[in-house]
Amino acid sequence: MTLDSKVPSGPIQEKWDRHRFDSKLVNPANRRKHTVIIVGTGLAGASAAASLGELGYNVLSFCIHDSARRAHSIAAQGGINAAKNYQNDGDSIWRLFYDTVKGGDYRAREANVYRLAQLSVNIIDQCVAQGVPFAREYGGQLDNRSFGGAQVSRTFYARGQTGQQLLLGAYQSMMRQVAKGTVQMFAQREMLDVVVVNGKARGIIVRNLVTGKLERYVADAVCLATGGYGTAYYLSTNAVNSNVTAAWRAHKRGAFFANPCYTQIHPTCIPVNGDDQSKLTLMSESLRNDGRVWVPKNAGDKRHPNDIPESERDYYLERKYPSFGNLVPRDVASRNAKQVCDDGRGVGDSGLAVFLDFKDAINRLGEPVVASRYGNLFEMYQKITDENPYKEPMRMYPAIHYTMGGLWVDYNLMSTIPGLHVLGEANFSDHGANRLGASALMQGLADGYFVIPYTLAHYIASTPVEKITTDHDAFKEAEASVQNRITRMLTVKGSKTPRQLHRELGRLLWDEVGMSRTDAGLKRALARIPQLREEFWQNVSVPGDANNLNKNLEYAGRVADYLEFGELLALDALHRTESCGGHFREESQTPDGEAKRDDENFSYAAAWEYQGVGTAPTLHKEPLAFEHVKPSQRSYK
Amino acid sequence: MKVFLKVWRQAGPDVTGRLVDYTADNVSPDMSFLEMLDSVNETLIAKGEEPIAFDSACREGICGTCGVMVDGRPHGPDPCTTVCQLHMRRYKDGDTIVIEPWRARAFPLIKDLVVDRSAFDRIIQAGGYTSVNTGGAQDANAILIPKTVADEAFESATCIGCGACVAACKNASAALFTSAKVTHLSLLPQGQVEAKTRVVAMVDAMDENGFGGCSNEGECEAVCPKGISLKNIATLNREYRRALLS
Ligand SMILES: Cc1cc2nc3c(=O)[nH]c(=O)nc-3n(C[C@H](O)[C@H](O)[C@H](O)COP(=O)(O)OP(=O)(O)OC[C@H]3O[C@@H](n4cnc5c(N)ncnc54)[C@H](O)[C@@H]3O)c2cc1C
Ligand code: FES
Repeated sequence: MTLDSKVPSGPIQEKWDRHRFDSKLVNPANRRKHTVIIVGTGLAGASAAASLGELGYNVLSFCIHDSARRAHSIAAQGGINAAKNYQNDGDSIWRLFYDTVKGGDYRAREANVYRLAQLSVNIIDQCVAQGVPFAREYGGQLDNRSFGGAQVSRTFYARGQTGQQLLLGAYQSMMRQVAKGTVQMFAQREMLDVVVVNGKARGIIVRNLVTGKLERYVADAVCLATGGYGTAYYLSTNAVNSNVTAAWRAHKRGAFFANPCYTQIHPTCIPVNGDDQSKLTLMSESLRNDGRVWVPKNAGDKRHPNDIPESERDYYLERKYPSFGNLVPRDVASRNAKQVCDDGRGVGDSGLAVFLDFKDAINRLGEPVVASRYGNLFEMYQKITDENPYKEPMRMYPAIHYTMGGLWVDYNLMSTIPGLHVLGEANFSDHGANRLGASALMQGLADGYFVIPYTLAHYIASTPVEKITTDHDAFKEAEASVQNRITRMLTVKGSKTPRQLHRELGRLLWDEVGMSRTDAGLKRALARIPQLREEFWQNVSVPGDANNLNKNLEYAGRVADYLEFGELLALDALHRTESCGGHFREESQTPDGEAKRDDENFSYAAAWEYQGVGTAPTLHKEPLAFEHVKPSQRSYK
Repeated sequence: MKVFLKVWRQAGPDVTGRLVDYTADNVSPDMSFLEMLDSVNETLIAKGEEPIAFDSACREGICGTCGVMVDGRPHGPDPCTTVCQLHMRRYKDGDTIVIEPWRARAFPLIKDLVVDRSAFDRIIQAGGYTSVNTGGAQDANAILIPKTVADEAFESATCIGCGACVAACKNASAALFTSAKVTHLSLLPQGQVEAKTRVVAMVDAMDENGFGGCSNEGECEAVCPKGISLKNIATLNREYRRALLS
């Protein structure tokens, strides 16, 4: 199979307009006859459900949470980018496009990124119309701040709770459609399989998490907006029930998985503290606007930070990257933190942390201004660490945060299974090998509000589907396979908990497929993962049954999927012998330790085709062409 | 340290439940309260016993998924703190902690500590939105909103919908939850267009979904992990009266 990205022809500025014009439409009177399944109610899923409901489609929406509003998007803190140029500081659609392609280390599809930059402008308008209370200036206009990797202020925010406010906006729009009857909400349902009929995605199998029953839903098309796979690493900044299950099961049904090794490690998270930790807490990157990152100049300096004089501090980001300073992109900031810790200059009990210091900002701006910008983050930090960031520097360490890889999609957001569309973090589309801060919210909402209403209409209008019911053999087969997997898990009756196995896998992935990767390490991971998987199926303990709420059973199913997916993650990292963005191969670096790309051999998206558990997947390459942003070695010096 | 737990166990809505004793060993002060429960569950699962069912997702105090009564208080003893953000340093060796689910008619129990809060979604469905379709919105800066107003609307909009207010209220009223959304939207020009129909519809939905009336006890504000203020309820009442009079 050859991958066709379906990028429209014509100048990049006109592609999306032309494409919309060329796309087929569905007559308003006919829309309600078309059923669309949307799995996931984060920014991508909720915005898609609301918009498609408004257009009149019959939308069935699913999420694992008890309410659509609880999706992981709610936790996003820092903000959302848009090329509004309200600050008159030189921003433009072209600059946002350029920054995103460059920030992604030239591994994204240009046409998609350009469209994203174009749509960014509409997103802010839409959200304000919904009543999203973005931060404002005294004159009543919207306020902006700058975010890692950008030299313009294009980030819109609602204190440190931007994701919450954006998601509530989308959720409320969706609830309005629920009241109108265009959207039916199925909360507490976990999608466990995609049903493919005659080569097209026509439905899903879900488990009702309250009753335990397996349920079948049929539709004309299916959209997955089920988020990223950062939780494969066990400890991450993601919500504890984020998972790869929906994407992985779709992969097993024929959707190619692209670039899984592009994982983002966020530089400012509260450091790990003990073995019982269940997740890591992100401290928004916006903190780096005013906080200064440093470690002691001398290895092993264990003095209290307030006792270390200026002359003995190394503000290493400001020193090494004078033009970007503390605002270098995430991958650069993370790797540098690891480096200083590897040099023995890390701080805190574990030595795996660096300081983020607000002393100068407080002196310059005063405590009230700092509190108005970061108050809730400081509070959160204090709750977790029992330390007061107004009085002493925060301690930070990188953690897994976001996943650029995901199901491969074409320009229409359709995967390699016709009819199966993938939105938001679950797809691989716009961020290349590294995502810039405040761009995930933008992408999720662009996909849901502004892309899928057009591309899905075109699919529906141009693809006749046969009338089927959930009695079709494909539904029976899919349900039986889901049932079989559940029964198998329940009958092992071993003595290891799913969490123990997950933690072990996570540590392995973090050590070998984390911030820096080597050929030998990746091979170690690839040897170990099948053993862990074997152990799971021989010795996992899943008490209780499948006939009611059984959270440990849900979790076990997700762990089983991580144990398959982890292998693909490591394999992709092994095959890509270059460094790019969030994927750092020690074998491929510049003399001063920066990531070194290999454009000649790796300027492609790697899309993997499933061939069976434990069987090597087939690699398909989508070549990437850069006509507008000429690849160069990224430099933030 | 070691703490003793009395945890509400109830296999389903139609069976009787009871408090069951557990001991949490090796509790470190840096553990969160839910991590302490995780560790108890780990022991149970390894022994082949059913773990305690409780809800959580973000574990950083923003999604509103977690929520249990800790010694009779929603989310536990710390002010403005969800139970996922509560840390064991708050307790000392040998303490006994009673953990129970939210109890309210509008929140039927599902299992152990998990309840069904979909009634909150239905209140929002009744009117907790602005009726704008995607597309066609005017430029965002065309609507000027004074910073003080935007900030006030934001404060109300920070409600996480956890249900602590309902659990704390002797009437199981959803007035604080509902008023926070009414206030958020009625402060902003975008929301004022439908202010009257919204407040009436949302108050009706509150009643229809089995929540009790508000008798101004103030328990809700005291336990709200996000510090949503009683002023919101005053706004709700004012908006409601205004809507009925016009
Ligand atoms: C702490 C944190 C802070 C962040 N801050 C920012 C920021 O400031 N700016 C920014 O741009 N980005 C930020 N991000 C990234 C951003 O929040 C996410 O990438 C984005 O919200 C993902 O949205 P989504 O809609 O794709 O998926 P999610 O919000 O993850 O939603 C996934 C949905 O899928 C459902 N689901 C999952 N699996 C299944 C299944 N099997 N069956 C049924 N339903 C399922 C879930 O219930 C949920 O509704 C942050 C991320 C984190 C972790
Ligand atoms: S788990 Fe999200 S608020 Fe507690």
